[in-house]
Amino acid sequence: MHEYSIVQSLVDSVEKAVWRTGNPACPGGQDPARPGGQDPACPDRQDCLSSTVHRIHVRIGDVSGVDAGLLATAYEVFRTGTRCEWAEMVIERVPARWECPRCATVIAAGRALRCPSCDQPARLAAGDEIVLQRIELEVP
Amino acid sequence: MCQDCGCGDVNLVPIDVQMRILSRNEDVAAHNREHFRKRGILSVNLMGSPGSGKTAVLEATARALGGAQLGAVAGDLATDNDARRLQAAGIRSRAITTGQACHLDAEMVHHAMHHFDLDGIEVLFIENVGNLVCPAVYDLGQAVNVVALSVTEGEDKPLKYPTMFAKADMVLLTKVDLLLHLPRTRIGAIEESLRQVMPDPQIIWISAYEGVGVDRWAEWLQQQKKRLALERLEEVTA
Repeated sequence: MHEYSIVQSLVDSVEKAVWRTGNPACPGGQDPARPGGQDPACPDRQDCLSSTVHRIHVRIGDVSGVDAGLLATAYEVFRTGTRCEWAEMVIERVPARWECPRCATVIAAGRALRCPSCDQPARLAAGDEIVLQRIELEVP
Repeated sequence: MCQDCGCGDVNLVPIDVQMRILSRNEDVAAHNREHFRKRGILSVNLMGSPGSGKTAVLEATARALGGAQLGAVAGDLATDNDARRLQAAGIRSRAITTGQACHLDAEMVHHAMHHFDLDGIEVLFIENVGNLVCPAVYDLGQAVNVVALSVTEGEDKPLKYPTMFAKADMVLLTKVDLLLHLPRTRIGAIEESLRQVMPDPQIIWISAYEGVGVDRWAEWLQQQKKRLALERLEEVTA
């Protein structure tokens, strides 16, 4: 059960994303030279960095090694007291897709992972994602 | 939005992030990989179920290759028994006791390297915690992934843990000496399961106890070392 450590990394990623963005409503946030919240001289810096995260969207591949159900449970337990405390998590599961690297034929589930026509070892084209896709911030 | 309590509406602003959640681990893993690569060390992430024979394979490897050029860090929840066994086999070893953690991560390996003398080491084994699930998720900075799968674990084991096997460069089918006592286990069926989850299955049958297959395994390691050396050479001359 490594989903707890995934949640820790997830919360860190959300924190990093909020820091990077600051408050999108902050005039400084629109200025690439002075991204909201990152300018220590800005008097509203604290406001910028205290944006509430309303919702987060993650993508979890079916062969990523992370179980979406366990991740959701771990998230409910461990988000308390973090930036994600009030943020609902939406998980988009990504099915595994194995393809031939040469002709892009998709290998059907349950078959040997080798292209029937080119005899090439298949390549995982999708399904190993563990990605924070999008966050939604609450702006007054 | 809210009509009742006067709390005031909030605007929701979507921010596109597209961040790999394990990016921190991946950064440390890249650092480890570079550390090993610069020193010409082949780093092997050895994974498998508890009791699949990971430590026994390494003991047999030391008997075949001589322990002097081999190093190992062994992850274990509670003991340093494996590291002591490897040390006794002549492999320079160090335990990583993970407590409750079910896998090694790049940071643990990085930390262990601060206390590990790599002088003269050509192959460094990172013996992961016995577990077919969690270790598959964490890049440690290895050059190759190897999974030990014992013939007693069931013919369809690879189908139950596809992520682990999909990432393996080599599967060591261990304890083949026990097949004599397992009339219902068909080794062909295990290999067929592996073909459904591994794009390019490399499989060696091994009995660490009887020394069967260890020479082929040692030869595969030498090939991987050569491949790494060639890659470095191409890089230097490019």
